[in-house]
Amino acid sequence: MDTAAATVPSNRRPASNSAKVIARKVNVHYGDKQAIKNVSVDIPDRGVMAFIGPSGCGKSTFLRCINRMNDTIASARVTGRIEIDGQDIYDPELDVVQLRARVGMVFQKPNPFPKSIYENVAYGPRIHGLSGSKAELDRIVMDSLSKAGLLNEVNDRLNDTATGLSGGQQQRLCIARAIAVSPDVILMDEPCSALDPIATARIEELIDELRSNFCIIIVTHSFAQAARVSQRTAFFHLGELVEEGPTPQIFSTPRDKRTQDYITGRFG
Amino acid sequence: MTDILASGSHLDAARLSGDATRAKIRARYRSEVRFKAYGVVAILVTGLFLSVLMISIFANGLPAFWQHSLNLELSVAAEDVDPTGKRDPAELRSGDYFAVARKALEAQFPGVEGRTELKKLSQLLSTGAGDELRRRVVSDPSLVGQTLQATLLLDDNADLYLKGAGTRIASRAGHGIVTPSAASGEVRILSTSNDFAREITAVKATLTDRATTLRVEAGRLERANVPETKQKGQQAREEAAALQARIDGIAGIEQLDDRMPSLLIAINGGLVKAESVGPAEIIGTTLLPLTSTGDAKSGDWRIVSYITPESNRKATDIEVAFLERLKANGKIEGGFNWLFLTGGDSREPELAGIRGALIGSLLTLLVTLILCLPIGVMAAVYLEEFAPRNKLTDIIEVNINNLAAVPSIVFGLLGLAVFLNSLNLPRSAPLVGGLVLALLVLPTIIIAARAAMKAVPPSIKEAALGVGASHQQAVFHHVLPLAMPGIMTGTIIGMAHALGETAPLLMIGMVAFIVDVPQGLTDSATVLPVQIYLWSDLPEPAFQAKTAGAIVVLLLFLFLMNGLAIWLRKRFERRW
Repeated sequence: MDTAAATVPSNRRPASNSAKVIARKVNVHYGDKQAIKNVSVDIPDRGVMAFIGPSGCGKSTFLRCINRMNDTIASARVTGRIEIDGQDIYDPELDVVQLRARVGMVFQKPNPFPKSIYENVAYGPRIHGLSGSKAELDRIVMDSLSKAGLLNEVNDRLNDTATGLSGGQQQRLCIARAIAVSPDVILMDEPCSALDPIATARIEELIDELRSNFCIIIVTHSFAQAARVSQRTAFFHLGELVEEGPTPQIFSTPRDKRTQDYITGRFG
Repeated sequence: MTDILASGSHLDAARLSGDATRAKIRARYRSEVRFKAYGVVAILVTGLFLSVLMISIFANGLPAFWQHSLNLELSVAAEDVDPTGKRDPAELRSGDYFAVARKALEAQFPGVEGRTELKKLSQLLSTGAGDELRRRVVSDPSLVGQTLQATLLLDDNADLYLKGAGTRIASRAGHGIVTPSAASGEVRILSTSNDFAREITAVKATLTDRATTLRVEAGRLERANVPETKQKGQQAREEAAALQARIDGIAGIEQLDDRMPSLLIAINGGLVKAESVGPAEIIGTTLLPLTSTGDAKSGDWRIVSYITPESNRKATDIEVAFLERLKANGKIEGGFNWLFLTGGDSREPELAGIRGALIGSLLTLLVTLILCLPIGVMAAVYLEEFAPRNKLTDIIEVNINNLAAVPSIVFGLLGLAVFLNSLNLPRSAPLVGGLVLALLVLPTIIIAARAAMKAVPPSIKEAALGVGASHQQAVFHHVLPLAMPGIMTGTIIGMAHALGETAPLLMIGMVAFIVDVPQGLTDSATVLPVQIYLWSDLPEPAFQAKTAGAIVVLLLFLFLMNGLAIWLRKRFERRW
């Protein structure tokens, strides 16, 4: 454990001094199949961490461990320890709803609620009782939309249904929805895989803007995207964390053969 | 560049125009056309059956919504409706309004005096003919002693006759000058010309037919070995011979009987029914009395035939005569049969209404809905979203599916045993009917609701969980509202199923003859399909139309419910 921690080169940026998320020897089983093998990683407090790797390598599964989304899958079994700010998130005493309020998530396919744009963003703050008044809720919604770079596009049609937006707008709405409950960590599970290049560029820009305020963990199978948006990268292969380090280093001088093969396009 | 293009197109041309390829393409086109044709034929056949069904039901049922009544001027005699003269409402209510109606009708036929004739006349009126009059007089006692215009309901047989179930009537003007021998009773009418030659010929033709039939019958019977049968054959042959003698005889007086078209003479404002006919004379009885015994000139009298023989129709000659006279005088009016929609059941077809069954159905469905919707949806939500996946929930799931396939009569037996015998709930009540139907519909609703919730994309639930909604919040805020159109559609289909259900309700006594419209959940009631079943069993021909009419009402009810389902679907449907 300690050795694993020691291998993580710390403080690439002064802001990310301490690790926000610490995973130790995490194993995930789906029934008999082991999806994640002994993964240990530290994720810094600010900035973007990218999980890359070929399809089926377990990067999404590991991501879903961080907000316990795997709980919804009956056959999934998680062992090991994951801490956020030193708090064990698999502690039976911990309320999973509280956890998910702190760890927002953006999914692969844009999944806005089939309600109005306003309601989509307002839903989270409302169920968590984050706003005392309508005015305050309005402020949170506007703030979130503007942080997600969507406010200018939807300002005049907040009450229109969200499913009428374009794919890229929907995904940015999902990001706005996630940040509306002011989480510490935002998990993004291949957020651009359903989008065209222009929308993708817009989302990547947004991720870059958000990284100073949130700990963002993004799963992508595109190492180019990882190179563009992340400061640190973890490479997963067949359920194992092969290599983790600052993004430029992973891409320029990977230590592991498998990483090198992947980023040079020999497989995956 | 051009070379490449040319060679490419050359290759394509070879691939597209090869004989084998072309044959393959043609085969594919043929199979597509065939498949489309099968589909179109299937749709057409279905449409044909459906339209035949609809047309037959509506054609049979629409007459039930139309009812004839008499519109007569009558005086409400105090001696009939208020013998004590106190104008007491209770007294007025028990007055004999039928007598008032009967007297008004009799006044229309001044000369008709025989007991049989008067009885026939009063039988044209429904037993409920005075009901409307009673309502009017009770609400306004000052009408007693007044003369007023009243609508009197006609009997079902009279109504059927007027709806065309009677006979075709042919009539032609007579040529000769005729002299009746009397104004009423037995009458002999002599004509100066051979006015009735045509009738004689018709009679002889009928007799010839009858003789032929008898001979054929006799031939068949005589071939038998049994002596008694042979005997009958002999008799038939003798009868045929007797008929033949009549046919061959010179044109004298011929007897008419009720298996021949009725022959009548309309003369001097009366109507005489011929019993025997000669070339220039008839002998008969008056149905409607003549005003005088004076001669009637050519063209002033008419020869009338009721083509359908009297034995083949419900309305006798005298009834036809009365009704035709009333019709000619403009006393009969047809109108929408409100009683059919506002009345309870009755043994008299013209008084029988669908309202009792309609309200019964509504109350029953209300109980079913109130029980089924919450229980069914909650069960579905629990099973779909919260129940642990184990042996027990598997067994429950299998059994819910089995329950949906249980024959409905079994639920009726269950209702009889549990609700009536053990819990002592009232018999024939919508409450019990609703409980039984709830058992029947519950599995349908649970299955529909689960399917609807399964159809909600999991990404919506994930999105809710992702922003920190609890499982319960995710289900109740997102999954359930999105599943609602499907759940409502399923519920309404279940309700429509319950609406048409008969068998289980028979078991709990909702098949009783109930005249009163139910006022509450524990009153005795029946429901629409059971009412249809009850009416279809009754012998009166007028109930055939009522049965079809009730089916029309049931179908409209169903259309309404399905329309509601579609509307709810459209209203609440959201795309994702």
